[in-house]
Amino acid sequence: MEFNPIIVKFVYAAIVVVVIMTFCAYAVLAERKISSWIQGRVGPNRTALPLIGGIPVLGPFLTRLGIFQPLPDGLKFLFKEDVVPAHVNKFYFIMAPILSLVPALTTVAVVPFGQFVTEAGEVIPLVLANVNVGLLFLFAISSLGVYGVVLAGWSSNSKYPFLGGIRASAQMISYELAMGVSVLPVILWVNAPGKEGTMNLFDIAQAQNGFWFAMWMPLSAIIFLVCLFAETNRLPFDMAESETELVSGFHTEYSSFKFGLFFVGEYAHMIIGSCVFTLLFLGGWNPLPFVTLETLGMDKGILGAALSVGIFLGKMCAMMFLFMWVRWTLPRFRYDQVMRLGWSILLPLSIANLIAYAIIIFYLDTAL
Amino acid sequence: MEKLYLPEIARGLSTTFRRLWEKPVTLEYPEQRPTIPESYRGVPTLVKDPEGREKCVSCQLCEFVCPPKAIRITPGSIPEESDYAHVEKAPQEFEIDMLRCIYCGMCQEVCPEEAIWLQNQFSMSGYTRKEMVNNKEKLYELGGTLPDEHFKWKKKKEAAEKGGGHH
Repeated sequence: MEFNPIIVKFVYAAIVVVVIMTFCAYAVLAERKISSWIQGRVGPNRTALPLIGGIPVLGPFLTRLGIFQPLPDGLKFLFKEDVVPAHVNKFYFIMAPILSLVPALTTVAVVPFGQFVTEAGEVIPLVLANVNVGLLFLFAISSLGVYGVVLAGWSSNSKYPFLGGIRASAQMISYELAMGVSVLPVILWVNAPGKEGTMNLFDIAQAQNGFWFAMWMPLSAIIFLVCLFAETNRLPFDMAESETELVSGFHTEYSSFKFGLFFVGEYAHMIIGSCVFTLLFLGGWNPLPFVTLETLGMDKGILGAALSVGIFLGKMCAMMFLFMWVRWTLPRFRYDQVMRLGWSILLPLSIANLIAYAIIIFYLDTAL
Repeated sequence: MEKLYLPEIARGLSTTFRRLWEKPVTLEYPEQRPTIPESYRGVPTLVKDPEGREKCVSCQLCEFVCPPKAIRITPGSIPEESDYAHVEKAPQEFEIDMLRCIYCGMCQEVCPEEAIWLQNQFSMSGYTRKEMVNNKEKLYELGGTLPDEHFKWKKKKEAAEKGGGHH
């Protein structure tokens, strides 16, 4: 039976989006649970589904873990009153939350999440769009996410959202530079002379069958990670929100489903960010440095594919945990500290890092 | 070194990581209840003495002293056929409006008969305003019996029966 390839792609895309949204929902739950554990609380532990919650032992256990919590959380966003204040610019006000979620979901297209090795040894990347400029596409689209925040702040026509929007845009611009420069060493190394030039995330992940890039480019990894926190508006860089100063920043005037879109958008950005960090610096689906699925002899067929996806998702979840862990540990930077860190520390550092690695890589590529 | 942030961030992260595994310090409220300290000022209640007699003599001092005027007493006398007749008076109706009560404890302080006590119940809820007014029956139900060394009624009864004393 042959399917129209376009329809197949649509089905794949739908599956990926559903999976990402589910991850978002459970990321919210994880956030609540981790925050409560760190703060010596219990966290959501009451919501029970009638049937599954009634199973002895397992039901109460899942209920205590809050497994069913995302459902009422989501329903709450749907059923609450959707207030559009009279003083807002309606068109942009409604467009902003869409604009903040759509780029996050679009970038999923170029993020590979595993590999499928046929019996013949042919490696097929599990990715929606295996484009050559993957990383560039990802940076370009994910930067669009800031428009959602800026438009929300501006169209709300009130002071706190406005300040939040301004801060968000300033922060995004400052940290995107350092972020872009910090990955250049990775791309330099992957594109060794004699090979076909690529910025494909799948190729970058496959290039880490020896050292992971986080190991021999630790400075790049740290700078990229810090910028990732800033780009996703997470603490300690949640300038756009800073609820203690700006009520809740850019989404102060939003309620109900529109707020829900911002909320999901933030977590979708985090998930994509974690994926990208895993692919660039943590070896993608390679289980350990110098150990690939191929050396373990478990790379073939469906099992190998499932294993690679599992390892990749495991690493991604570890990154998500790091995001949350940091959030509940650190206080927020002051605005001027954020700017100083971005412009006068991270940017020069990333440029120096680039030059140093350019020289090292030139030496390695020519001498060896 | 501190300007680098990272070492201190790592230290902070290790602190929070240790916290992850510690037991929660919170109580899961409706199932687990906090231990109430002695002399806690909870909901004001009326108490009976160990002989089952109501101690309140409806002197209305509490009604007078109550800052938010939450107490309303209708004084009455004890019926002739009662065992306790002629000894003292008793309230016909005693109402404390818990929407007004501020838990100051002045009623307990002022009561000459030690009949009104703020005990350890701390959560009151109801669907209507009327439900939040505790009547006499409810107040005795909440109050129960407290130990009492005075046995005032016994002494009074003896005095009344044997003559003399101050009836």
